[in-house]
Amino acid sequence: MDKYVCNVCGYVYDPAQGDPDSGIKPGTKFEDLPDSWQCPVCGASKADFEKE
Amino acid sequence: MSPVQIAKDIYDIGVNDWNIRDFHGYSVDFGTSYNAFLIVDKKTALIDTVKAEFADQLIENISKIVDPKKIDYVISNHTEMDHSGGLPRVMHRVGEDKPLYCSKMGEKNLSRHFRQKWNYHPVENGEELSLGSKTLTFLETRMLHWPDSMFSYLKEDKILFSSDAFGQHYAGNEKFDDVIGHVIMPHAKKYFANILLLYAPLILKLVEQVTNLKLEINMICPDHGILWRKDPGKIINAYVEWSNQKAKNKAMVIYDTMWHSTEKMADAIVAGLAGQGVAARPYHLRKWNRSDIMTQVLDAKGIIVGSPTLNNGLFPTVSDFLTYMKGLKPKNKIGAAFGSYGWSGESVNLIKNELESMNIEIVDPGIKFQYVPDNDCIEVCIEMGKRIGKLINESTCC
Repeated sequence: MDKYVCNVCGYVYDPAQGDPDSGIKPGTKFEDLPDSWQCPVCGASKADFEKE
Repeated sequence: MSPVQIAKDIYDIGVNDWNIRDFHGYSVDFGTSYNAFLIVDKKTALIDTVKAEFADQLIENISKIVDPKKIDYVISNHTEMDHSGGLPRVMHRVGEDKPLYCSKMGEKNLSRHFRQKWNYHPVENGEELSLGSKTLTFLETRMLHWPDSMFSYLKEDKILFSSDAFGQHYAGNEKFDDVIGHVIMPHAKKYFANILLLYAPLILKLVEQVTNLKLEINMICPDHGILWRKDPGKIINAYVEWSNQKAKNKAMVIYDTMWHSTEKMADAIVAGLAGQGVAARPYHLRKWNRSDIMTQVLDAKGIIVGSPTLNNGLFPTVSDFLTYMKGLKPKNKIGAAFGSYGWSGESVNLIKNELESMNIEIVDPGIKFQYVPDNDCIEVCIEMGKRIGKLINESTCC
């Protein structure tokens, strides 16, 4: 599973860890994140992320 | 403010803004300063500028040390306009073709503030710039507190130019921690609580990184307020403590009121909390600036919010404060809601939903009362204060 990096703040979404604070379970692929998901650090949208 | 020499060949050439009182909604009772720094070596570097309206004062200060044309490098640690607003005037005087050092995000963000085609030099994290006998290292600190933020570290003098981090809104002629003493700490705490709190996890990571790098720091020079030269460790330790957000045995009862009914409930809840030995105080939202309340939220365990129901909704100042607090992402809090109403009474549930959405644990069903509280209502409010007070005692005792 690919990691994705936020172009705004540099946060890296790691599917192995998910984003538990936003209710995203470990093992969730970036592609499967809901469109409403936001970067947990800066609030940027999914569209601001790029494959690492 | 005249230039202040902070080390050999290094000057603070910033300005005091004595009369500002409202800094985008944050109350600055002692004004603020916009610090900027000049390093004179074989090459001369300017770190940051000031708010646009103070650009002439900055240039005057620079001119007391060197001819502005002699500046070889301009460094922008942070794009926000209280530090970049002076750039057009400064670049005009220094030379429009001089290299402007900033982070990659800095170039992106500065070019969305200023349309001039400056000679941007975006730096890599850790990149060095030799000035002759002194060397600057640039450290990216994204989201502390903007995407463009970076620190500049002067190796030989062990001085960290930390942009907004470790700053305080305070205008004064006391430029150093050892001159002003401990009275600066509440200003530093307020700055943290209102500007940096939401990035607390990043701050802890950064402090760990800096510790691992074994970066020696003799002095920290933020872009606002006093410079930490006697004990830079003190403000770093305070940042770690504030970032950990360990709550004290303390509760805030934050409310607004139309005909004193919600106010009576607030006072009774405070009495109940105080009866349990909890440090508690009512905060009327039109008597306190939201930024002062936020400073107190930082280390409080209990956040109890009250609002009348106005036209089926929250009182506007309560919405204002909840929006503000939510954005700053406080952690480790418990909460409850209360309020008087006339006929529909939506406010208590609206507050509870908002508190839950910011991960504040609702520990009490809350109290809503129609019109003017009677003695029974006051008793119920005192009891709620006691119940929450007990929970606060239990969670903060060990």
